[in-house]
Amino acid sequence: MEDYRLTHLQALEAESIHILREVAAEFGNPVMLYSVGKDSSVLVRLAQKAFAPGPIPFPLLHVDTSYKFPEMYALRDQLCKDLNINLKVERNEKSIADGANPFDLGTWECCAQLKTGALVGALAEGEHDAAIGGARRDEERSRAKERVYSFRDDHGQWDPKSQRPEIWNLYNGKLRPGESIRVFPISNWTELDVWNYIDAEDIPIVPLYFAAEREVVVQGDRIIPVTPNTDKQPEGEIQRVMCRYRTLGCMPCTGAIRSEATTVREIINEMLMFNESERAGRVIDYDTDGSMEQKKQDGYF
Amino acid sequence: MQDSPKDLLRFATVGSVDDGKSTLIGRLLYETSSVLRDQIEALETASKKLNRGTLDLSLITDGLRAEREQGITIDVAYRYFTTEKRRYIIADTPGHEQYTRNMVTGASTANLIILLIDAKLGIQTQSKRHAFISSLLGIPNVIVAINKMDLVDYSEQRYKELCDEYRAFCARLQLNSLQFIPISALVGDNIVNRGDNMPWYDGPTVHETLESIYVGGDVNLVDLRLPVQMVLRPDSTFRGYAGQIASGVIRKGESVTVLPGDRTSKVKALVTFEGEVDYAFAPQPITVVLEDELDISRGDVLVHSGNRPKVIREGQAILVWMSEEPLRTNHPYFVKIGANTVRGVIPEVVFRFDPNQLHRESTETLGLNEIGRIRLETFKPLVCDEFTKNRQTGSFVLIDPTTFATVAAGMIIDRGQGRQLLSGDEAAEPVSKNIVATSGRISQADRERLLGQRAVTIWLTGLSGSGKSTVAYAIEQELAGAGHLAYVIDGDNVRHGLNRDLGFSPNDRKENIRRVAEVASLLNGAGVIVISSFISPYEEDRQSAGKIIGDGFMEVFVDAPIDVCESRDPKGLYKKARAGEIGEFTGISAPYEAPSKPDLHLRTDQMTPEESAQKILEFLREGGKLH
Ligand SMILES: Nc1nc2c(ncn2[C@@H]2O[C@H](COP(=O)(O)OP(=O)(O)O)[C@@H](O)[C@H]2O)c(=O)[nH]1
Repeated sequence: MEDYRLTHLQALEAESIHILREVAAEFGNPVMLYSVGKDSSVLVRLAQKAFAPGPIPFPLLHVDTSYKFPEMYALRDQLCKDLNINLKVERNEKSIADGANPFDLGTWECCAQLKTGALVGALAEGEHDAAIGGARRDEERSRAKERVYSFRDDHGQWDPKSQRPEIWNLYNGKLRPGESIRVFPISNWTELDVWNYIDAEDIPIVPLYFAAEREVVVQGDRIIPVTPNTDKQPEGEIQRVMCRYRTLGCMPCTGAIRSEATTVREIINEMLMFNESERAGRVIDYDTDGSMEQKKQDGYF
Repeated sequence: MQDSPKDLLRFATVGSVDDGKSTLIGRLLYETSSVLRDQIEALETASKKLNRGTLDLSLITDGLRAEREQGITIDVAYRYFTTEKRRYIIADTPGHEQYTRNMVTGASTANLIILLIDAKLGIQTQSKRHAFISSLLGIPNVIVAINKMDLVDYSEQRYKELCDEYRAFCARLQLNSLQFIPISALVGDNIVNRGDNMPWYDGPTVHETLESIYVGGDVNLVDLRLPVQMVLRPDSTFRGYAGQIASGVIRKGESVTVLPGDRTSKVKALVTFEGEVDYAFAPQPITVVLEDELDISRGDVLVHSGNRPKVIREGQAILVWMSEEPLRTNHPYFVKIGANTVRGVIPEVVFRFDPNQLHRESTETLGLNEIGRIRLETFKPLVCDEFTKNRQTGSFVLIDPTTFATVAAGMIIDRGQGRQLLSGDEAAEPVSKNIVATSGRISQADRERLLGQRAVTIWLTGLSGSGKSTVAYAIEQELAGAGHLAYVIDGDNVRHGLNRDLGFSPNDRKENIRRVAEVASLLNGAGVIVISSFISPYEEDRQSAGKIIGDGFMEVFVDAPIDVCESRDPKGLYKKARAGEIGEFTGISAPYEAPSKPDLHLRTDQMTPEESAQKILEFLREGGKLH
């Protein structure tokens, strides 16, 4: 008997694939931002699905701050080889050479140089009219109002008041010269959906998401990894702690959480009991209340 | 386990400023344990900063800093929560002056709307507009939450007055289902927990309603419409048309027509990342390979040859204007519909709705947040359906060609629809000249194929209280869940209308059954599975019904001893019959002739209604009438 029901994950997947195909069809030069994290990994799988049996019709862009975990570089290179993906890596070499780091500059300024600056530069240089990203509305309060097609002016800036209404599933992708959009195909997914999808689809992810004993510095309830990429280290005594990462950013600014979960299923089970939001472990949100919104107005993803 | 498969329900909350939307959503999230610990801590900090004494649940949904400080929400915000059964997407639409634009945006994808009314302030102009817009957008389910009951001493009378007043207003609209619930978002009554304040209310809470409402029927599985988003040509051997099925089901091997242009071919393969499949249905994404090389490009639509949408260059539509710049007649706009974008003009605004009085007003243009009916002409053909028949293929947006702003949301309508939308509104515009008429004769077999089902009539007969209706609706729900179009005819839907001139004498009962059989036969002709639920006490009448209906007729005896039926007495009829208040009551004062050779005999005193329903479905399957 034919069954015409979709589970919520299948319904979300259908919505995301529709969006990815719209972007591929309507924009001249799209690019997919690839951070190597779990959301990016899901995004890559969705893109594979959207264009099968063909290849993903746009390049991937990795903004490399030089502070990423070694495991992330490894997965990135493996994936691109396996899937024959066209990968572009963007680094702000000048700031990196000047030794930009969050301990001296502060998290915000360091991000502005190594991340936001590099991203805006790469998009302009590549003349990309659409940049696809894996942000979700449930990640942070200010994202709850984000559109699927998020408009940026010719400086890559975002104005909450000038966003276009999105009605039904009709996305308006018309742009004037210099304008670009950021597209968020998994806007409606939650962190739990992402994990359930990774589980259902058996998507490869960076092992840092799984619990292991790691060298860290414990500051209050923050667990900060020890960074090999710079001489500077977070203050405190180095210890070995059983922990995992919920989100992956730069090593000095990504907090870990204590955990015993070593499989995707165990992570899901922990999440069901665990009562804390995803970015809580991410040091960057500790700057000020509303800091994400500020970064977004400046062009940060 | 919380990570078990669930279905997805999208709903929007609407109401005027300060009706309590944010508080309601905050309460729903809070009481379903969807607010995380650190968010609660942040909430406490924020509540303190804003000098709000208690934990202000409305802050959970307030996003942007500027708005938070002004104390209002300015845009549509999306929130998510999950229960055992469902995964929810909430569109929180604010109620200030931009409300029409925001409400239309937030509600456009909703299966359900929660419409808030402040019990103390009563029904406001905006409450009426919200109902009007819900009706325009064809929202399948509307919950009217009468909030702030704590401010009116939880008065049942006040609640009833408001329900009556609002229901009377909504009677003039096309709202499919309206359900009222008295709540206090602040205190938490009838949201997730029932509370003790309104013992007089025994209906479902907001949460119970959300969990149980049936949404499977919101997807149109009848009319195949597959707008081609892009052509995939990875190499010279493969050419596939990729798109998301807007409605209907597509199967391998069947023939499909490509519109516009009317070219026909067969489905050679349905391709997905996981491999080929035999069928795919709305809203799945799919890639179609055809037998023949046709010139198909983005924006074309694949359909079944016997079930066609309109292909028009001129038509009428309802527009919701969303731009500060008013509508300009004869100005070129882009019309984006499905995967197609064409240029078009609006030669004329036919009228504007006054959403308060539901009057139509003549006008030259439409301004921000105004709603009206327009004529639309496009430079290339549009493949579309009427919005009331197909929300996916009947909706479009207008884009300004210079600013590229999205200036309006549109819904394709037919000539007669103005009248349906507003009763007493005598619309009589000529039909568009260029509509390509659907032609050819379509047989019952064609329709059955379209629907993927055999049209049968399951004729339930038995005493009052034997369980016919319960079984009937259980079958209907099962069938709908499996994507089948089924319809229950029972006393409730024919006695008040079609047969209201009939009583309960043997002759009238005979005529009643004859008419029901004729209706069942018509519905079968339309491809619909019919479940009829009538006592139908006379063998002779049932036999004539069988003759009228023909091959698809199936007699099911729903049997329970009279004392069991009498003890159930769901409508209190036996009691009245015993008291002599009802004459000619079957089993008491009128005879029941049990079927001598029913196709199926169900003892409902020995099994549950679900089991009975399953028995019937099994019987159909075994007979090859259901797959
Ligand atoms: N007394 C009472 N006040 C309520 C209730 N629901 C909301 N409020 C208050 O009404 C005001 C507006 O509520 P809010 O949720 O922000 O309304 P919104 O503008 O529709 O989102 C706030 O001060 C709430 O505390 C209720 O059920 N009873």
